[in-house]
Amino acid sequence: MELMAGKRGLIMGLANDKSIAWGIARALHGAGAELAFSYQGEQLKKRVDPLAAQVGSQLVIPCDVAEDDSIDALFERLKSEWGGLDFVVHAIGFSDKNELRGRYVDTSRANFRLTMDISAYSFTAVMQRAAPMMKEGGAALTLTYYGAEKVMPHYNVMGVAKAALEASVRYLAEDLGRDGIRVNAISAGTIKTLAASGIGDFRYIMKWNEYNSPLRRNVTQDEVGRAALFLLSELGSGVTGEVLHVDAGYHVVGMKAIDAPDITKG
Amino acid sequence: MSDIADRVRKIVVEHLGVEEDKVVDSASFIDDLGADSLDTVELVMAFEEEFGIEIPDDAAETIQTFGDAVKFITEATS
Repeated sequence: MELMAGKRGLIMGLANDKSIAWGIARALHGAGAELAFSYQGEQLKKRVDPLAAQVGSQLVIPCDVAEDDSIDALFERLKSEWGGLDFVVHAIGFSDKNELRGRYVDTSRANFRLTMDISAYSFTAVMQRAAPMMKEGGAALTLTYYGAEKVMPHYNVMGVAKAALEASVRYLAEDLGRDGIRVNAISAGTIKTLAASGIGDFRYIMKWNEYNSPLRRNVTQDEVGRAALFLLSELGSGVTGEVLHVDAGYHVVGMKAIDAPDITKG
Repeated sequence: MSDIADRVRKIVVEHLGVEEDKVVDSASFIDDLGADSLDTVELVMAFEEEFGIEIPDDAAETIQTFGDAVKFITEATS
């Protein structure tokens, strides 16, 4: 069954083959979708080009989501190539890594603004341009993390930005729902990506999740990919404004599992 | 030791697409082997996976050359 046959979509924020966006891209490609990718800067272009080729995509387009003109140019290009658009995957976030350790209370105004702009507002800016291209309805997906809901060590200002992003999902779902456009998020469990390497003590956090999540393990990028396929395809046609946890169940846990080993940071 | 060096060299050659004989102890990933800042993070992640070790951020910052990497991994796995 080719769930995504004839569907065309944009994936923003692929960095390398460890990216969650890569798990999503593979799942969508496997279901027959046609993909375009956006990247920011030459360092990422050289990583995205070969991956895009692996999923049969020649559309690899630059976009700096901090610049409205750059987002405009991306969607102009997509319009000229494809005319319409069926789905968007937003897998973009940024914060100064020096503020992804230590205390949230020490967050600078400059990095607060930057983190909110790139990690939260960019999804809204993208949907402003994407929605008019989704003439026959569509679906959008962004990625969030449990640190938006509860305090997680070192996640700090990124948690605040992800909370704003999750609220954006709900407001966008309302605004775009009447046009048949669904907007959802996946709150993925800890996965060791390039972006995660900027978070302090990330290995310790992963270990904790492995020992204490109901499934007693971490999730894979392919598991997030399959959940993304559900939300972006007809299988998820009744779902919008939702934050789906794909985290081995970690979000339901209230305290350390009795059988979990005591671990210390190291 | 040599086994570790060989495995590290294999990762570096594959990841950076450089000639094997360029990967000498004094070779700096960035200055001599053409790595960009993301490559250095990806290399550390690849070393961790290959050797089943953890390389904390402050240690990762001290790994500038091929020799540094082999030395760190040798100590971490002994």
